[in-house]
Amino acid sequence: MASLRRAFPVHSIIGTVPMILVSVGVFVVGIGFSVMWSFTSSKLFPNWDFVGLLQYERLWATDRWLVSVNNIWIFGLLSIACNMVFGYLLAVFMDQRIRQEDTFRSIFLYPFAMSLIVTGLVWQWALDPNLGLQTAVRKFGWESFTFAPLVDPQLAIYGLVVAGIWQGAGVTMAILLAGLRGIDAEIWKAAKVDGIPNWRAYLFIGLPMMRGAIATAFVLQCVSVVRVYDLVIAMTGGGPGYATTMPAVYVIQLITVRQNVGQGMAAATMMLMPILLVVIIGGILMWRRNRKATA
Amino acid sequence: MAEVSVKNLGVSFGHLKVLRDLNLDVAAGEFIVLLGPSGCGKSTLLNAIAGLLDINSGQIWIDGKNVTWEEPKDRGIGMVFQSYALYPRMTAEGNLTFGLRVARVPKDEIARRVERTADLLQIKPLLKRRPSELSGGQRQRVAIGRALVRDVDVFLFDEPLSNLDAKLRTELRVELKKLHNRLGSTMIYVTHDQIEALTLADRIAVMHGGVIQQLAPPKEIYRRPVNRFVAGFVGSPSMNFIEGTLRMSGAFPAIELPSGTRIGIDGYDFAAAPGDGRPAVLGVRPEQVEMKPIDGGSALPIEVHLIDPMGADSLLWGTVGGDTVSVRIGPDDTFRAGETVEAWFQPVNASLFDAKSGERL
Amino acid sequence: MSATDMAMDSSAARDDAEPHGPKPRRVSPGRIGVYAFLVVAALFFLIPLYIMIVTSLKGMPEIRLGNLFNLPAEPTVQPWIDAMWHACTGRDCYGLSPGFLNSVKITVPSVIISIICASINGYALTYWPYKGANVLFGLLVFGAFVPYQVVIYPLIIGLSSVGLFASLPGIIIIHTIFGMPLLTLLYRNFYASLPVELFKAGRVDGAGFWRIFFYIMIPMSVPITIVAVILQVTGIWNDFLFGVVFAGRSNWPMTVQLNNIVNTTTGVREYNVNMAATILTAAVPLIVYFVSGRWFVRGIAAGAVKG
Repeated sequence: MASLRRAFPVHSIIGTVPMILVSVGVFVVGIGFSVMWSFTSSKLFPNWDFVGLLQYERLWATDRWLVSVNNIWIFGLLSIACNMVFGYLLAVFMDQRIRQEDTFRSIFLYPFAMSLIVTGLVWQWALDPNLGLQTAVRKFGWESFTFAPLVDPQLAIYGLVVAGIWQGAGVTMAILLAGLRGIDAEIWKAAKVDGIPNWRAYLFIGLPMMRGAIATAFVLQCVSVVRVYDLVIAMTGGGPGYATTMPAVYVIQLITVRQNVGQGMAAATMMLMPILLVVIIGGILMWRRNRKATA
Repeated sequence: MAEVSVKNLGVSFGHLKVLRDLNLDVAAGEFIVLLGPSGCGKSTLLNAIAGLLDINSGQIWIDGKNVTWEEPKDRGIGMVFQSYALYPRMTAEGNLTFGLRVARVPKDEIARRVERTADLLQIKPLLKRRPSELSGGQRQRVAIGRALVRDVDVFLFDEPLSNLDAKLRTELRVELKKLHNRLGSTMIYVTHDQIEALTLADRIAVMHGGVIQQLAPPKEIYRRPVNRFVAGFVGSPSMNFIEGTLRMSGAFPAIELPSGTRIGIDGYDFAAAPGDGRPAVLGVRPEQVEMKPIDGGSALPIEVHLIDPMGADSLLWGTVGGDTVSVRIGPDDTFRAGETVEAWFQPVNASLFDAKSGERL
Repeated sequence: MSATDMAMDSSAARDDAEPHGPKPRRVSPGRIGVYAFLVVAALFFLIPLYIMIVTSLKGMPEIRLGNLFNLPAEPTVQPWIDAMWHACTGRDCYGLSPGFLNSVKITVPSVIISIICASINGYALTYWPYKGANVLFGLLVFGAFVPYQVVIYPLIIGLSSVGLFASLPGIIIIHTIFGMPLLTLLYRNFYASLPVELFKAGRVDGAGFWRIFFYIMIPMSVPITIVAVILQVTGIWNDFLFGVVFAGRSNWPMTVQLNNIVNTTTGVREYNVNMAATILTAAVPLIVYFVSGRWFVRGIAAGAVKG
């Protein structure tokens, strides 16, 4: 929107001082310091003893870190993929003019209103090997039912994935449903007249038209995956051992309990990299689309 | 070429009865226009014929087959929508062929049909483009093409020109008429624009409140509207309505205005004996009123208010009794505001309506 | 709903001596499939809640029997009472109650302050943009994607240096910081969607920045503010990481208390108390959610639909 005033908007600047402080102070200066300290040998307190890439070398030689990177990839890819697919399926089915749409939507979305701590603890209980789902289902007669991933270092991560899906599929559905509903009704009618079966219409006509909503849901998923601290702490504490540790947990442990700020900042900077990448790519894509639109 | 029959159609949404016991027979090859204001039920009727709506009662017959429960794709129809509804992420060609590919029509047959359709609509150079790269008029042609390429006998149009600007609308209207002449297919066309209706239709179904008010060729709708609604809806500027009381006795039949002035209606063709003293409305079209005496006509005293110059001619606005009237006059005719002039019209061309029911007398 | 949406049921009352097509389908197999899928999905989402409630009302002996899904044979609310007032967090045994108070003390000011800041931001960005304002806004939005861990340490140092680390004002500031990007986005989009004539009329009437904000914009901001409040109350109440790092021991919110109660390794795990505690912790946002219904959905969609 074009500026409506030519004079210097003093009050505007005054009013947005918090924003200035935050965007510059936290997200520029703060990030800057973090990155900078990753090049130092800081232990409990920050110092200015620069050691080049030493922290990064140490980082990538640490098994715990490697496990956490591995975990975030597994957790991230699986939960994002499952959430997107499951969310889209839910959205498609909800788009069928269900009489109890509001009820269903409430049910699908309420997990989002719950803290990740709560989610983690409930699923921890549900997946308890002795008193949880596994035992209950076995008592129903299905003797060999196994569903207690949290005690197995190899499988624990998948327990986290299930909890992640439980928490996030509903929001994904809400976003994708909004995208679906934004499609001109006449497109569906044209497809019907053309004889396109419903599922094909949703897949080949609807989905391509929902890029905005898909992008939004995807980005939201990515952001929450990287931040997955609360869920891990509640559900497994990073264990068994450190089988389910994640970069987010790793960083916090380093700067609090393990008192190794330098390492922690290196790890944190590594966490920033993929986000920067996505933002830059997203920015380029949007910039190119804008260019194309005005061309 | 196929005939379409709608029998006793009833459509309700919840408690709202949009269509009630509606009957319509469209002859094979006919171009029928469903004309009416928003909410009259014309789109509902079209969508019911298309099979995009579930109906509550009645039947739909296309080409001698009862298609009431058939899916749209099995009814032998093609449809063109107001917003074109082209699949935005496919090329024009993709839009034309998607349905055919889904139906597993052989590739050479698809190519043949696309070729024929593209020729007919002159969209050959546009085939590789996406809808976002096409103008409004081009998009609409592709939309029509999508219906054409399905080799159907009945075409349904849901206000296809409403999204276009005036000039484009006129151009495409002419093209649609030419298309109809070439193909000879049955066409059912929905619009609220009476010009489109008058120019395109073999017959017009004027709809209001879910009921067909009048089903007749354009000329008849124009000349002998069956009730006040139809009379006022068709024709631009709209018909003048003058309220008064019918006086059948006396020297000549006349409409008596509240002021006492009498306007003669000798020569009007009554459907049945109207009775004396009935409150009635006289309808005279602006173009039917002349500013000089007509042989065998009736006088109409008008108090002039203002003149609207409209290029090719002008519109004179005035009042008769308490009612506003407009008259088409020549571009150079001058009348002064405030003066009372005597205009003339032929009663046989006029319409008389019962003041309460609106029915033609 | 446009007049051309599909009607739900078609009861065909046909007067016919004539043959007609296939019978009308009231409930087609496709429709059954849709409902089946949705019901199964709903079960998936509801089972944990069911387990939570059911477990919290059982006595420990019954829980040890291992029948997770059974309704309580002898329902008891003792676990709830314990959870709220007696459970041990490893340090003391006051249950969740101190945490509850803390959560309130943290949430209320944080919500208020963050919304005030964001609304002014959105308003300024829309109607009084100054050079570089959009760059700042872009940075803010970028900040929404940054993992907390990247900036958490500088913030610790920063707050320590002004003596606000591990304090109530400290955590309130933190929540304001991290709530700002999303909320500012919401408010900016909202104000941008209002007709600009209102603003111009205010200017013509001689009003300036603050007056227009208070007298014109704020009264019109009710819908978006409801959404913002819902998002913030839910987000802040449910927060764990910031609470555990920045609030200080005496100000630990309910979520931190909850985790301490459940995941302390001393003694016997009282699953029923744990579950009762989780319900209590989840209660406030859940109530907000169920009461606000559609607004919540609108909030998510609004927050998700970026410019």
